Amino acid sequence: MSEIPGDLKFLKSHEWARVEDDGTVRVGISDHAQGQLGDLVYVELPEVGATVQAGHGTAVVESVKAASDIYSPVSGEIVEVNEALNDKPETINEDAYGEGWIFRVKVENRDELEDLLDADAYGELVENDD
Amino acid sequence: MTQKTVLNATHRELGARMVDFGGWDMPIAYGSQIEEHHAVRQAAGMFDVSHMTVVDLTGERTRAFLRHLLANNIDKLTKPGKAIYSCMLNERGGVIDDLIAYYLREDFFRLVVNASTRDKDLAWIEAQAAAFGVNVRERPEFAMIAVQGPAARDIVLGLLPDDSRVKVAKLGKFVAAEVEGPDGIPLFVARTGYTGEEGFEIIVPDTRAVQLWKALAEAGVAPAGLGARDTLRLEAGMNLYGQDMDEDVTPWEANLGWTVSLDEGRDFTGRAALEAQKNAGVPRTMVGLVLDEKGVLRHGQKVLSAAGEGEILSGSFSPTLNRAVAFARIPVGEPGDVRVDIRGREVPVRIVKYPFVRDGKPQDGIVI
Repeated sequence: MSEIPGDLKFLKSHEWARVEDDGTVRVGISDHAQGQLGDLVYVELPEVGATVQAGHGTAVVESVKAASDIYSPVSGEIVEVNEALNDKPETINEDAYGEGWIFRVKVENRDELEDLLDADAYGELVENDD
Repeated sequence: MTQKTVLNATHRELGARMVDFGGWDMPIAYGSQIEEHHAVRQAAGMFDVSHMTVVDLTGERTRAFLRHLLANNIDKLTKPGKAIYSCMLNERGGVIDDLIAYYLREDFFRLVVNASTRDKDLAWIEAQAAAFGVNVRERPEFAMIAVQGPAARDIVLGLLPDDSRVKVAKLGKFVAAEVEGPDGIPLFVARTGYTGEEGFEIIVPDTRAVQLWKALAEAGVAPAGLGARDTLRLEAGMNLYGQDMDEDVTPWEANLGWTVSLDEGRDFTGRAALEAQKNAGVPRTMVGLVLDEKGVLRHGQKVLSAAGEGEILSGSFSPTLNRAVAFARIPVGEPGDVRVDIRGREVPVRIVKYPFVRDGKPQDGIVI
């Protein structure tokens, strides 16, 4: 299991959020989550311009084994999706915290970020999960 | 209480992701499930299938008993070692389980049945066996390793002492032999499988299973988990009990008609119901589906056809075809344009003849 980057915040349901320099929030799933799901074969991305709500299903990732909803950690507007995942969903398996990001959100309310787990708390959660 | 096969510690040492499978703690994958799938299609992989139930039947009237118990005709087996695939039916013609029966001696047959159905199978077999004076003995002291793939045969043969190698090399498809393995390990080697590839399923005393597993690994056989086993058997067009058929489904409705033998004068359990359904018209049929666009077909999704609604039975992403395939049960009749409801979206699919993949290759008409 790779190290959890310290600048990330997490939902208990294993999505990560990273605040970019321009204030938008990039979202993906944790390395732990991709390991549990196994080989990913399909990602259903949201539409750019769509409005999303924190804690609501925003994308779907499908592994050979199962389909899983991806919840947005923050509310706002989708400003970019990772189109590369259409052809290479396995990028999430290979680099969950980097190239395997899923969508980017223009945040409405930055306070929502305070409700997320920090890297240490998430790390603990995952340890208890195993 | 979760049960463990004798190879459990070996799987954990290899870093396998373990899951509960019918009450057994089994490896779903050791690393990438897709790579394990390809290893079996392209070279050789092995599966711990020790959770499966071996049942030995002995007694003078064992053959007569199996004529009664099984929907396929045990009298097709005339040479020791030969095996048959069959359903075991209830009085309604529903499938209690699917199994392999081996003919070893006139007073000794061996069944291999599913793990998830163990208790009800044993109860059913014992209840039916009493009238025939047949002794039913489960063999929990056996482990089982399936070695599958185009290279599997040569690798296994290479591990055997000379006289065993000659015997095993001569085995026809669906035939088994008892031979001595490496270091004198007693083996029951069957040329059977659940992947659509060449290979063997090897029954071995549990005290020697780890040794055999390690010898196979050293010879280049890749460990493969139940995840790969599932996608391999689906591509190969093989049913999974509980998903593709159960006690409320007849073999006619599960594309298993080829395993039913309506030979004259044989009174097997479920026969009357099967004949009645055949005469009245079988209401449902099982078909193969291919999804050409993105997405994954899954168990339980609704199937829409001109003949009515049905559902996905086994469905998954096919690593060989790089798209989703499935079995579905739909009403009999002209199906028209078939669609599957994936999370509220109606996605077009094609009905195809399966197997989807055999001997490593997509079959005609599967990929267009």
